Amino acid sequence: MGGRERRPALYAPDRLFQRACAPSPVSTLGEAATQALHLVTGADPRLIAITLLSLRVSFAAVLIASAIGFPLGATVAVSRFPGRHTLVVVLNALMGLPPVVVGLLVYLLLSRAGPLGAMGLLFTPTAMIVAQAILVTPIVAALSRQVVEDAWIEYREQLRSLGETRFGAALTLLWDLRFSLVTIILAGFGRAAGEVGAVIIVGGNIDGVTRVMTTAIALETSKGDLPLALGLGGILLTIVLVLNAAASVVKDLAQQRYG
Amino acid sequence: MSGSPTVPVPRKLLPLQLQDVVFSVAGRRIIDGVTLVLESGARTVIVGPNGAGKSVLLRLCHGLLQPTSGTIRWNAPEKPGSPRRQAMVFQRPVLLRRSALSNVAYALRVAGVPREQREPRAREALRSVGLDALAGHPARVLSGGEQQRLALARVWALRPELLFLDEPTASLDPGATQEIERVIGALHAAGTKIVMVTHNLGQARRLGDEVVFLHQGQALERAPADRFFLRPESAEAAQFLKGQLPW
Repeated sequence: MGGRERRPALYAPDRLFQRACAPSPVSTLGEAATQALHLVTGADPRLIAITLLSLRVSFAAVLIASAIGFPLGATVAVSRFPGRHTLVVVLNALMGLPPVVVGLLVYLLLSRAGPLGAMGLLFTPTAMIVAQAILVTPIVAALSRQVVEDAWIEYREQLRSLGETRFGAALTLLWDLRFSLVTIILAGFGRAAGEVGAVIIVGGNIDGVTRVMTTAIALETSKGDLPLALGLGGILLTIVLVLNAAASVVKDLAQQRYG
Repeated sequence: MSGSPTVPVPRKLLPLQLQDVVFSVAGRRIIDGVTLVLESGARTVIVGPNGAGKSVLLRLCHGLLQPTSGTIRWNAPEKPGSPRRQAMVFQRPVLLRRSALSNVAYALRVAGVPREQREPRAREALRSVGLDALAGHPARVLSGGEQQRLALARVWALRPELLFLDEPTASLDPGATQEIERVIGALHAAGTKIVMVTHNLGQARRLGDEVVFLHQGQALERAPADRFFLRPESAEAAQFLKGQLPW
């Protein structure tokens, strides 16, 4: 060889590859899972803090989204006005809003130079709630529009006969369909609790302040702390599963009772 | 000016005048030039073969449909936004997912009845249709006959001047039908004008003071019930009464 040493692999992709291949304290999924279980059962305070913040942010976001989305969707469902069809298409399309784009827009709004910069909300849980509420509102509005519109066909004549106003009819239908709306709330919650793009941009993933389950999973995985990431992933899955199971039981019981 | 305070007495809704009313869908005339006056008092039964436009005529009168042409004029029209003074009972009642009692109370709320009066009035209405024992039951799990009685209790509580009924017993058994007819009779006795669509001729005989015979969207005949059933004037009505299709 011409006396020149082979260059060591300095390029990041190679290093990452080597790190992933190298034997490490956590070399297998099984070991990581075991450690994750210890973290969960041992009620690791980091884990608990992150989980509680996640729940707080996502529940608040879903609450705001429901307060706006349900009346909006129901009103569109029972109304006829020019441009309604376009609005429905837009509403449906907004269900697929990319979280990073919403994150970016909220970031621009809340950043120091932005129109709402003076409120100092960037990198706070409030900013994360705002971003997630924006993501979830179209889901709640579009899905409730569909559900209420289907029911409106059945109820329209009766409610108009009684002299109910459009908006009154929208609220009446929402209450009458309350058990079906639980599913919509869950869809919204799933979206909020599962997204990472928006909260990482507007929250900044600050340890102990704005770190939630999804951002922590993303961070810990890239750092190689697989047990914490797995533990959080397990908790996230369990929460979503338990909520859905509970909602399903409530819905079934209610439907048996109220028909 | 007299010394006594003037209490505004609302003018009566009826008579209702239909003048050359046409309702067409995609060029087809469902209602084809109906001219008719509905006065208060007598129970009016609208009969006719399937597809004659009976239900559509009722919906036009009740304001659920707008005529394509012609006019529908009330003696004193309801003001938009104020409580309705007329009601309608449909073939299949639409009840809310609440108790029987709150279904009636809901109708009272929409009609602008003050909160504290709603429950007593709703209970009284349920008693009048024999549903007081089921007041707390969810409305949607009641039987078909009970659901229709609940729909009538809702009307009863509202005390409308005018009640439209669109084949209210079409899907009920004889026992339930009898009960519904009793309630309709009681409503009439309490002063509500009854306008009912039925294709049950026995029911038309039992409940009708006068008959409007509708055929292919046209009101071919209007007569006191006894005369209509004995000596119908039009050939179509005669054939309809004989249980034959007029073609």
